[in-house]
Amino acid sequence: MGAVGRLPGGGLAKGLAVTLRTMTRRSVTRQYPEVPPDLAPRSRGVIALLEENCTVCMLCARECPDWCIYIDSHKETLPAEGGGRARTRNVLDRFAIDFALCMYCGICIEVCPFDALFWTPEFEYAEYDVNELTHEKERLREWMWTVPPPQAPDASGEPPKEIAAAEKAAARAARRPGGGSA
Amino acid sequence: MPDLLVIVLKLLAVAAGFAVLPLLIGQAEHKVMAHMQGRLGPMYAGAFHGWAQLVADGVKFAQKEDVVPAAADRRIFKLAPGVALVPYLLVLLVVPVGPHGQVALDLGPGLFFALAVMGVGVIGAIMAGWSSANKYALLGGMRVAAQLMSYELPMVFAASSAAMAAGTLSLSGIVEEWHWWWLPWQAVGAAVFFVAGLAELRRPPFDMPVADSEIIFGPYTEYGGLRFAFFLLAEYAGILVLCALTTVLFLGGWRGPFLDTELGWLWTLVKVFALAFVVIWVRVSYPRMREDQLQRLAWAWLVPLSLAQLALTGAVRVLAA
Repeated sequence: MGAVGRLPGGGLAKGLAVTLRTMTRRSVTRQYPEVPPDLAPRSRGVIALLEENCTVCMLCARECPDWCIYIDSHKETLPAEGGGRARTRNVLDRFAIDFALCMYCGICIEVCPFDALFWTPEFEYAEYDVNELTHEKERLREWMWTVPPPQAPDASGEPPKEIAAAEKAAARAARRPGGGSA
Repeated sequence: MPDLLVIVLKLLAVAAGFAVLPLLIGQAEHKVMAHMQGRLGPMYAGAFHGWAQLVADGVKFAQKEDVVPAAADRRIFKLAPGVALVPYLLVLLVVPVGPHGQVALDLGPGLFFALAVMGVGVIGAIMAGWSSANKYALLGGMRVAAQLMSYELPMVFAASSAAMAAGTLSLSGIVEEWHWWWLPWQAVGAAVFFVAGLAELRRPPFDMPVADSEIIFGPYTEYGGLRFAFFLLAEYAGILVLCALTTVLFLGGWRGPFLDTELGWLWTLVKVFALAFVVIWVRVSYPRMREDQLQRLAWAWLVPLSLAQLALTGAVRVLAA
């Protein structure tokens, strides 16, 4: 290619070659509404709420940089079975995420200690009214059906710390004569 | 009576070709240009790869309001699209597609007629530029005129070289005389003819007169609706005519490696569409030339080259005789 470019008129030939080569390649256009896009794994589309796991600890709402999570709750007292002190329990009244404010940082999902929040790759929830971008807990619960299964660990990656530690302990026990008890 | 029938059939065939082939070239331009740019082009109209895109465009143009600017020279303004379009239809009458009279009008001085009428097509754009009462249109019109002046000359020289080589002005006659060794012999003439023709059609990279990003489509600035569509159709009809003339003059028309007499029209069509592809290819590949570069290319390169080709043709003819 470099030699062609130096001949007189070589630049012109080069230009023609570029366009011809591009024509023989597949075009980069995505036929989006007809063909769904192939999203990357762990795409951040929308946040789903597994209401059953939520304990109203408020960690997500407090950590949210945009303050776009709204939580209302009340306490219920359950009489303990077979006597004893009555137990109190948090009941979730409202859990809403305003996706007009959300910046998809995922901190709420990271911080949730009870696995109540999940990413899902669904992204087609644009609305004509900005108020409708606030998804209440029923809608957030519906998104749960679209949560993909967790990705399998990378086969060539390092094993998780827990497994590595357990294997090391097992190997040490096997090396020690007498079954390992002191 | 059968004579009359033959004439009517031929005219119908020319009209059908004039209606369909420019649209085919236009659709090819949509798709080829898109794929050369890594896109898909029209995909929706007609449900299969946007085959009906130009039909949809035509329907859209037909629905638009027919606007004539208040300060415009109304009659000239309304006449201009017709003047731009009709000459190409007339040229198609004399272009032979196959041997043994497969031509609507076998004119003795066919080449002369074709070149003269093709030049008239450009007048349409100049009329449009002048009558629009718009400074961009006027600028564009002047540039069209300048381009016509400079590129008509090498185009005629190159065409006369082919006529001189064949010893006839009849387009059918030129194809009859054609031999394969015309390809190297007339190569320079063919290139000059094709390039000058592109410039006369104001196709990129010679589209300074209509430069849409600078003078807003030049002479066509004030046009809309069907009249604008006529100008666009004239451009594609012009591509068809230019490719057909280049085929007939320099590439041997209906002559092919085999089955000349049976499939002559197919050879002509194949060559025309191959050239039309080159027209689109060149458009996609090169940036627009500046006005002074355009003039320089015509006077400093094409005119001397075409004169040299003319001299070469003459010398070979004299020595061979």
